[in-house]
Amino acid sequence: MRIALFATCIVDAMYPRTARATVSILERLGHEVVFPPGQACCGQMHVNSGYFAEALPVVANHVKAFDTDDYDVAVAPSGSCVASVKHQHQLVARRCGDGALEARAAVVGARTYELSQLLTDVLGVTDAAGQLGSHFPHKVTYHPSCHGMRLLHLGDRQLNLLATVGGIELVELPEADACCGFGGTFSLKNADVSSAMMEDKAANICGTGAELCTGGDASCLMHIGGGLSRQGSEVGTLHFAEILASTLENPVTAAGNVQLAGARR
Amino acid sequence: MSNTFLGMPTLPVFGRGNLNATEPFPQAAHRELGNAQLRANLGHATHTIRDKRLKVVAELPDWEDMRDAGSAIKNATMAQLPALLEQFEANFTARGGTIHWARDAQEANEIATALIRETGETEVVKVKSMATQEIGLNEYLEGQGISALETDLAELIVQLDHDKPSHILVPAIHKNRSQIREIFLREMEDVDPALGNEPARLAETARRHLRKKFLSAKVAVSGANFGLADTGTLAVVESEGNGRMCLTLPETLITVMGIEKLLPSWSDLEVFMQLLPRSSTGERMNPYTSLWTGTTPGDGPQNVHLVLLDNGRTAALADEMGRTALNCIRCSACMNVCPVYERTGGHAYGSTYPGPIGAILSPLMTGIKSEENNSLPYASSLCGACFDACPVKINIPEILVHLRGEDVDSKRAKAKVPTQTDLLMKGAEWAFSAGSRLNLLEKGLPAGRLAAGRAKVIKKLPGIGGKWTQSRDIPAPPSQSFRQWWAKEHGAPNAAAPGTTGEGTISEGGRP
Amino acid sequence: MSAREEILDRIKSALRDSPAVPQIPRNYRRETDKTAEQRLGQLVDRLEDYKANVFVVPAAGAPARLAELLAGCASIVVPHGLDPQLLSALPRTGTGDAGTLAVAVDSPERPLTVAALDAVDAVVTGAAVAVSETGTIMLDGGPSQGRRIISLVPDRHVCVLRAADIVEVLPEAMARLEATAPQTWISGPSATSDIELERVEGVHGPRTLDVLILT
Ligand code: SF4
Repeated sequence: MRIALFATCIVDAMYPRTARATVSILERLGHEVVFPPGQACCGQMHVNSGYFAEALPVVANHVKAFDTDDYDVAVAPSGSCVASVKHQHQLVARRCGDGALEARAAVVGARTYELSQLLTDVLGVTDAAGQLGSHFPHKVTYHPSCHGMRLLHLGDRQLNLLATVGGIELVELPEADACCGFGGTFSLKNADVSSAMMEDKAANICGTGAELCTGGDASCLMHIGGGLSRQGSEVGTLHFAEILASTLENPVTAAGNVQLAGARR
Repeated sequence: MSNTFLGMPTLPVFGRGNLNATEPFPQAAHRELGNAQLRANLGHATHTIRDKRLKVVAELPDWEDMRDAGSAIKNATMAQLPALLEQFEANFTARGGTIHWARDAQEANEIATALIRETGETEVVKVKSMATQEIGLNEYLEGQGISALETDLAELIVQLDHDKPSHILVPAIHKNRSQIREIFLREMEDVDPALGNEPARLAETARRHLRKKFLSAKVAVSGANFGLADTGTLAVVESEGNGRMCLTLPETLITVMGIEKLLPSWSDLEVFMQLLPRSSTGERMNPYTSLWTGTTPGDGPQNVHLVLLDNGRTAALADEMGRTALNCIRCSACMNVCPVYERTGGHAYGSTYPGPIGAILSPLMTGIKSEENNSLPYASSLCGACFDACPVKINIPEILVHLRGEDVDSKRAKAKVPTQTDLLMKGAEWAFSAGSRLNLLEKGLPAGRLAAGRAKVIKKLPGIGGKWTQSRDIPAPPSQSFRQWWAKEHGAPNAAAPGTTGEGTISEGGRP
Repeated sequence: MSAREEILDRIKSALRDSPAVPQIPRNYRRETDKTAEQRLGQLVDRLEDYKANVFVVPAAGAPARLAELLAGCASIVVPHGLDPQLLSALPRTGTGDAGTLAVAVDSPERPLTVAALDAVDAVVTGAAVAVSETGTIMLDGGPSQGRRIISLVPDRHVCVLRAADIVEVLPEAMARLEATAPQTWISGPSATSDIELERVEGVHGPRTLDVLILT
């Protein structure tokens, strides 16, 4: 299968490791990965902040980059960005009165999958250790990000994949389904409430005794990891794609604040 | 009115009354967040109710079918509202009730006052009602020399404490049992100083306090949960029996109901009386539901009135993207699950309607430009918990985003100096609307890395970014973006054969 | 323009896009196939969960069971249409004698005063229908149930329900009721969740609810 990677802007610029891990996983399964070079961002920061006019060129750019016959399915390591591509792009086009864009956006949206969705529903991965060689001998807790959970209805897909990683010890996160407080520009506009939410999430994570917290959205993990780092915690955050990509031969280390540290290495 | 020559009133006509925030939400939230007792009380109460709701909802095999039906019935109601209101009016009137129409809060208050004056009474008992809260009826009546006694336990607590409600179902949710005990001791006559703080004792104290009033009341004021157009029937859903007392003992009953509370038919109620109790108090059914149609000879009040209230509802209805907010049945599930409400409480929203529904309904009813209501649509992380919980499937996050758009457009129209957010959005629009531009920007990543210093962590950002670094660090950017790495690995974009990104590449990022 | 006309005009103007009237998908359960025995069991379970006292007796034993239940009472009120047979075992040989029970009868023609209702120990009524899934008993003002006030003011409500009148789900019950009748749906004794969202029983309505189910 020819799979187009939508890296998402934050992973592209801040967490390239996550995209490289995604490529690695897909190639291990024998698929070909392509990177449509015109891609940039899904535009949800603009949409969610009410800047529809500014969102339109961003959405149009994404649709242009992915409206090709050059691939079978598209994938992104983010529930939030995939939800935006699937649901928001048509809304933006409609609101701005661009019917042609709306129709093309629907086609692109239908071909785009979140990583765990693609692995589970399309590529039939049920055993990460067996099929991907995933090995990650660490104590890990998992935060299900809101948009993956509530807009894409990912359910336990990410968690189930993680559970089959060799050597992993998964511990349950209390109040896992509570929002971490990121919310895009919410974290700036309502910084106090956002911080209060993050602090509760961080406390729950630390309470599990896990070495790190994983999840499927780099933005939420940056928020949580940034808070943990500020609190001086040793617990870090790491995208689940990197855990799946980790093998016995080439392990990802989990020491320290991984997601923060990840960018610096 | 000057515009009647058009034959149609100029829309929208916005609502007035207790619908406005008086300060921006972030400011109010900052203050409320500092109240540790409030946060503890809210945390305890919202977690209690969440668990209860989930349990009783999970019991029903057809919960989602019911939500689908409820949502469709409400959409159908709004689409046919004029005809349904007329049908309701004809049925209610035929059975001895009287209907009044109120364009806004002021008019509704005047109607209620005149009706009370006609009875010669100066005291009325009230059963909890959001509509009368919204129009500020109690305060208005007080100014007219009429005292209104709240009889719902939580409303009574709030009234005795000279406080404001902070929740639509449990207005005293921000108070814990000890605080309630203190209020009773301070404000009620003849309370035994040995009164404990067990909820059962407190409820009993309220019973004693109100019993004489109920048994002698001549006039009651209520709201209504539902009005059934095909029969002219009104419904009040409650727990304590104070509603039954108000609806059956007095001679005169004045009900104030928003025009959106209708359901087309009696049989539609079968859906809503399953959705509402499980969503609101997390019970299979609430203890008492009263239904009345006009008057019944020999049973209950014989002087029965209904005030149908607009007060900005038509303005909300005129907003095609926002009108489903009127489908709300005031169950409060959205606020009970909201992580923002849980931490700020209801007072931070200013309006009678707090929480996620308030954040959309208040600005829809008053207009986005009214006072500080333009900050309300931003009072959400868009986590979507409210939409999941809403029994009538109101897509609150989508309406929040729509209203943010309205706010941005209305400010844009004023053509002032662009705000920091405006500039951020403009800049991001440029960068994100072509891969080549983002690539150009990403060439600056090493500079950011340098700026982060040896610790490779940024602890303070300038400008609006400082809101981020008030509580979170930000990692130093990587030395190259993914797209730069890809181009190097593959030569020209997509030109390389598959398989070149072997396992080894990931470890490069993974090892210190 | 009157307020009525103006509001109706505002609504019509707000709906100028003529939104479609959707079909209502009624895929939820509107009738069910639980057996009578299952419905009875479910109702008892739900009512007890609400802290109501439930007694299941064969119809023939009802008068004796009722007399037993009311043993501590000096006075009760009943609606004019309550089956007299039900009261046949009460020690009702006149009023005021030791061990006897004063029974006041309320009717729309001869209504009791609020004070009189407040003074009785209990009210005994029938019921129109009950919903087992939610533990709800419905009164519709019929002759066996009387005016709404009589089942409200006394502090104890003894409700006599025929097992044949138990249905499982709400739509089945509502189909049996006349919408315009003055109704009270009762699910347990009065209660409140207003203090910390914890339910406690006993506020303004009857604090004791006894349900006598006749099989
Ligand atoms: S918006 Fe939905 S969940 Fe919120 S109070 Fe209204 S009906 Fe309930």
